Amino acid sequence: MQPPDDKQYIFDKTENVNRLLRGFYIVCGILFALDFILHRHISHDWEHLPGFYAAFGFVACVLLVLVAKEMRKVLMRKEDYYDVDE
Amino acid sequence: MWMSELPPFVPFFIAALLALAARGWLRAGLMLATPVLGGLHLWFGVPEGTLLSVPLLEFELILMRADRLSLLFGYLFHLAAFIAMVFALHVRDTTQTVASLLYAGSALGAVFAGDLITLFIFWELLAITSVFLIWARKTERAIRSGQRYLIIQVTSGVLLLAGALVHYHRSGSLAFDYIGLEGVSGALIFIAFGIKCAFPFLHNWLTDAYPEATPTGTVFLSAFTTKVAVYSLARGFPGTDLLVYIGAAMTCFPIFYAVIENDLRRVLAYSMINQIGFMVCGVGIGTALALNGAVSHAFNDVIFKGLLFMSMGAVLYRTGEINGSHLGGLYKTMPKTAMLCIVGASSISAFPLFSGFVSKSMVMTAMIEEGYDYLWLMLLFASAGVFHHAGIKIPYFAFFAHDSGIRTQEAPRNMLVAMSIAAMLCIFIGSQPQYLYGLLPWEVDYWPYDTTHVLAQLQLLFFSALAFVWLNKAGLYPPELPSVNIDAEWLYRRLLPTGLRAADKGLRPAWDGFIAALSNQFRAVMAFLFRYHGPGGTLARTWPTGSMVLWVTVLLAVFVVAYYV
Repeated sequence: MQPPDDKQYIFDKTENVNRLLRGFYIVCGILFALDFILHRHISHDWEHLPGFYAAFGFVACVLLVLVAKEMRKVLMRKEDYYDVDE
Repeated sequence: MWMSELPPFVPFFIAALLALAARGWLRAGLMLATPVLGGLHLWFGVPEGTLLSVPLLEFELILMRADRLSLLFGYLFHLAAFIAMVFALHVRDTTQTVASLLYAGSALGAVFAGDLITLFIFWELLAITSVFLIWARKTERAIRSGQRYLIIQVTSGVLLLAGALVHYHRSGSLAFDYIGLEGVSGALIFIAFGIKCAFPFLHNWLTDAYPEATPTGTVFLSAFTTKVAVYSLARGFPGTDLLVYIGAAMTCFPIFYAVIENDLRRVLAYSMINQIGFMVCGVGIGTALALNGAVSHAFNDVIFKGLLFMSMGAVLYRTGEINGSHLGGLYKTMPKTAMLCIVGASSISAFPLFSGFVSKSMVMTAMIEEGYDYLWLMLLFASAGVFHHAGIKIPYFAFFAHDSGIRTQEAPRNMLVAMSIAAMLCIFIGSQPQYLYGLLPWEVDYWPYDTTHVLAQLQLLFFSALAFVWLNKAGLYPPELPSVNIDAEWLYRRLLPTGLRAADKGLRPAWDGFIAALSNQFRAVMAFLFRYHGPGGTLARTWPTGSMVLWVTVLLAVFVVAYYV
């Protein structure tokens, strides 16, 4: 292992990160808009909602993370939990 | 022809024997040639319907049954063995080389087994050979984890054998075909398969042991055991409704653990249960489309999960670290590994044009066709969750996130080659799925690429990513923390030992009293015996011959008198 260097890497510059994120937001916007332009085969009632998949994905992941975070309060133990005898 | 009836495990077992003696280039050649030649032989030389049985006592053991289902897994295991062998080419450890050859061979033996006894033999061999890949890490943790792994795996085998014997008693046949849940035998075999398949509450051997194995060992482990179990379920329990519910549970609960888990290989282990969940659902639905989805997802999972385990293995190998809390910024020094990891991550997330998409969508479509609406929503939730924990979390915390300051070097060349092969397969299968579809066991007309599917999947994934970005920016994302999260294993790793210790403590006085009473009794008996039999005791005295003659005379006299009277 070598010590940290002073070299500047691509994501060390905040402007590069911001550029990437801006591109990402635009793609998200386009995908959402496509729902109103392209015709989707509907095999289920829920899918009638415009942006069903987009909303579902977003809400599912926020819920997932927030619930998991709460789970930590109950489930988290020290790293050597199983290694030491009480 | 004799050659076509050569069971596919035989070359691997022979190679393992030779690898004991071979060193250097010879051993490397052996490691690579075995899966290549074996795979070519299977592809060109073994037609469907090949059958080889050997008599054992009154039974016929079917060592090789080649049909479309077993052949598909046969090809897959040769491919997986080859990639993993390339990845492990630098390892100079005879134990690991021999164990991995035997392990791959056992997996092949199991999928080509035509009867339950042969299946049992290879089922146990899978356990015994693979545990050495865990023990080879040589840490205290790995050794203990391996012991737990072995106990659970062997138990699964014992249940299988018990089930097989009851099945034989009931049906008079040992053939490994549709079994179904009826009766004790069905239940026993179902649980045996379920353990290896990591059903909920039976799953902790996987998350316990896989992250403790060597960097290369985990790659082998991830390919075989659970996929043999999926194969066995697809053969023995297709269309079992219960499996749909079990599978849906398997897709959902591990992703919560994956989000808060710190060890990135353990994150992958949890995500593996999630992926197996999709396969179990497919088997449970049991339509041709669903079964094709299940086995093709198993095929793809071996490759993309292998790729992810390889990339994390490379990180562990180079930095000695695998905890998310200690990693970050590795794209600076391991850019190729980072790119290859992202390909694996895209595949497991089922991005269009990557392999996960073409197989998972089959299971999802079958699910909705068969009217499992709410379970379909669960699977959709799990699909978003996979992207979150495996697709984003793994590459993000290892290669990006905050800079950990670790400056290392790119993965060794053999590792890069192995990962590249896997990555190319992910993209090839994802963009040209007709070749994989052509190998699938059931006849189905299915094509995943239409506007509906692609758009829906892209929206789901991009907005999942958006959630990640937002949570991170808002500071809501849970940080990686060095920790252990309690899971079902707590029952046997904490409750059972603590309970036994408490019982020991509580019962100790009573037990001591019992032992004391017992030894007092024993002493009294001994004292009694000593009194009569000890030196100087009445019964131990030696009597002179004269007294004996006297007593004989007396007896005779009494007899004569008695006779006279």
